[in-house]
Amino acid sequence: MSDTVDAGGPVTKHPAAMPPPPVKRRKFRFFDAIEKPTEWLIRLCGWSSIIGIVAIFFFIFKEAMPIVPRLDWKEFFTSSRWIPAPGAGNPAHFGALALIVGTFATTAIALLIAVPLGLGAAVYISEFSSGKMKETLKVVIELLAAIPSIVWGFIGLMVLGPVLQKFTGATQPTNLLTGGIILALMSVPIIVSLGEDALRAVPDSYREASLALGANPWETVRRVLFPAARNGLLAACLLGMGRAIGETMAVLLATGHSNRIPEAFTDPIRTMTATIAAEMGEAAQHSDHYCMLFVLGIVLLLITCATNVAADLIIKGVRKKGKA
Amino acid sequence: MSTPTAATLPSPVAKNPFAPGAFELRKARALTRRKWMTLGFCLLLIIPLFAILIDIFVKALPALSLDYLWENPTDKGKTGGLWAPLIGTFYLVIGSLLVVTPIGILAAIYLNEYAKDGWLTRTIGITVTSLAGVPSIVHALFGLGAFVLGLLPVVNGFLMSTGLVDKKWEAGLLTASLTVAVMNLPVIITSTREALGAVPMAFREACWNLGATRFQTIRTVVLPNSLSGILTGIILVVSRAAGETAPILFTGATFIKFIADSGIEKIFPYTPGEPFMAMSMHLNIISNQISQMPEAMKYGCAAVLIALILAINSVSIALRVWLRSRKRW
Repeated sequence: MSDTVDAGGPVTKHPAAMPPPPVKRRKFRFFDAIEKPTEWLIRLCGWSSIIGIVAIFFFIFKEAMPIVPRLDWKEFFTSSRWIPAPGAGNPAHFGALALIVGTFATTAIALLIAVPLGLGAAVYISEFSSGKMKETLKVVIELLAAIPSIVWGFIGLMVLGPVLQKFTGATQPTNLLTGGIILALMSVPIIVSLGEDALRAVPDSYREASLALGANPWETVRRVLFPAARNGLLAACLLGMGRAIGETMAVLLATGHSNRIPEAFTDPIRTMTATIAAEMGEAAQHSDHYCMLFVLGIVLLLITCATNVAADLIIKGVRKKGKA
Repeated sequence: MSTPTAATLPSPVAKNPFAPGAFELRKARALTRRKWMTLGFCLLLIIPLFAILIDIFVKALPALSLDYLWENPTDKGKTGGLWAPLIGTFYLVIGSLLVVTPIGILAAIYLNEYAKDGWLTRTIGITVTSLAGVPSIVHALFGLGAFVLGLLPVVNGFLMSTGLVDKKWEAGLLTASLTVAVMNLPVIITSTREALGAVPMAFREACWNLGATRFQTIRTVVLPNSLSGILTGIILVVSRAAGETAPILFTGATFIKFIADSGIEKIFPYTPGEPFMAMSMHLNIISNQISQMPEAMKYGCAAVLIALILAINSVSIALRVWLRSRKRW
C-alpha cells in the first residue's frame, strides 16, 4: 500500500512532475447544446418583418378581393356618394372622393403647420441650444411622441375644438381645422427628432468652414446646413406625412365625421381611416361594404408604404453620398 | 431696443476700431431674433400642450381616487371605476410582449450580428421601415383578416379536438395581442438593433480571439452590454401597446365586459378567448358615444391613460439617462 500515490494528499512534488490530469468527457453545457437550433431560430426571426409585410398585403388583398373585379373604379375616385348600406332595392354607392379629399386636406393642413414648426424646433434644438436645455427639450419632444392617438382625439374633441370654435365661429367644434391642428401636433415630434438627427449628421467641419468665412450661425443654418441636410429633412417631413395620413383615432374623434368635400376650414370632414374605424363594426362579414373597407385599406397601405420607402431611399441616398 | 451703438455715436469710432458697423449689428440682431423665434417654436409646441394636460387633470380631479382605479365600471362607465379596462390593458400588453419581444430581439440580433450587407439585409431593412409606416387601422384590418378569421378557427379546431375547453374562443385577448405585436415588431427591431450596434466592435473581436463562437460572443458579451438599451426599447413597446386603440377595435376589445368584483377572478378575469376591455377603447367610447356621460368620468379616464403612458415613458427615459452615465466606453 505504501507505493500507491496518494492523489488526494497535499501537493509536495514539483508541478512538472505531476501526472497529466485525466482526460474528462466534455461537460454537457446547455448553451452549447442549443447553439445550432438558436442560430437557425435567429435566422428565421430575421425574416419576420418580411413575413409580416407580405402577410399584411396578402390578407388585406384577400379580404378585399371579392369586390375588386366588380368595382366601378371611376365612381370610386370621382364621386363622393358613399352609400355603403342602402335600403332594400337601392344600389349601393362607393364613391370615395370625399374621403380621399378629407384625408389629404387634413394632412395638408397638418403639414402646413408641422413642417415650419418642426424644422424650426429642430434647428433650435440642434444648433442654438446646449447642455441641460437641449436634453430637456429632447425629452419633452419624446414624451409628446408617446401620447396615444386616442388622447389626441380626446384633446381635439373636448379641449381644442371648443376653443377654436369660439375664434372661428364654426358650426361644430370638430372640423377640418381641429383635425388638421391635432394631426400637426402629432406629426411634429417625428419631424423634430428626425430633423434634429439630420442636422446633427452634418459634419462639424461644414459649420466651422461657414463660420470662418464670416457667416453667423443663422446664415450657417440657412445656407450650409439646410442644403447639406436636405435629404434628411425631406425624409423627416415625409415620415411626418405618413403618420398624418395613417392616423385613425385622432381624426375619428376630431374631424366631425361628415362625408363631403370641404369648402372651408371650418367644415366637418371625414377621412379614409376614420371611415374604416367607424363602419367596420356595422358591416356584415364578407358583404360588399366590408370588402370596400378593405379596399380603402389597400389605398391607405399603398400610399403610406410609398411614402415610407421613398423616405427610406432618400435617407439611404444621403448615407451613400456621405461614405463616398 | 434702440440703444445708441458704437457706429452712431460720433467719437468712439476712433477709440474702438473693431466696433461693429450698422450692417453687422443688424445681422447680429437678426440672429438673436431668429434664435428666439426658433425657441418660440419649441415653446409653442410644449406650453399649450402642458396647459391642456393640466386642464385635463384638473377637470379629472373630482373623479380621481384609489377606488376609481380599483372598482369596475358600472352603468356603461357613467359610474364606478376603471378596473376592468386597466386589467384588460395590462393583459394586452403582457400578451403582445410575450410574442413580440423574442421575435423582435432575435430579428435584431440577426440583422446586426449575422446578416452580411447584401440585398437580403437591405430588403429586410426596407420591410422594417414599411411595417413601421403601416397605418394602425390597416393593422386592425390585417388582424381581423389574419387572426380573427384565419387563425381563430384553427385554434378552435385544435382546442375542440383536445377537449380541454367546452366553449369556442372568440376574438379576444389572443387575437388583439397578436395584432398589437405585429404592429410593434418594427419598433422593437429598430431599438434593439440600435442597442446592439452601440456595443463596440472591439468587444466582439476580443471575445472571438479567445476562441468563442459567434453565438457565445452574442450571449456572453453583446447581450449583457446592450441589455439596458434593449430594455428601453421594450418599455417603449409597453407604452405603445397600452395606448393603441385602432388595432384592437375589431380584434377583441369590447366596451362592456363584466368581470368579477372581488376574489381571484378580479385579477385573472378571463381566458385569452374572451373579449376584453381596454383603457384606450374605454376612452374612445365614453368620450363620444355614450350620451349623458359625466364630464369627470371622461376626463378621469383620459387622465389615467395619460398618466400611465407618461409614467412608462419616464421610466424608459430615466433608464436611458442612467445607462449613459455609467457607460464605460
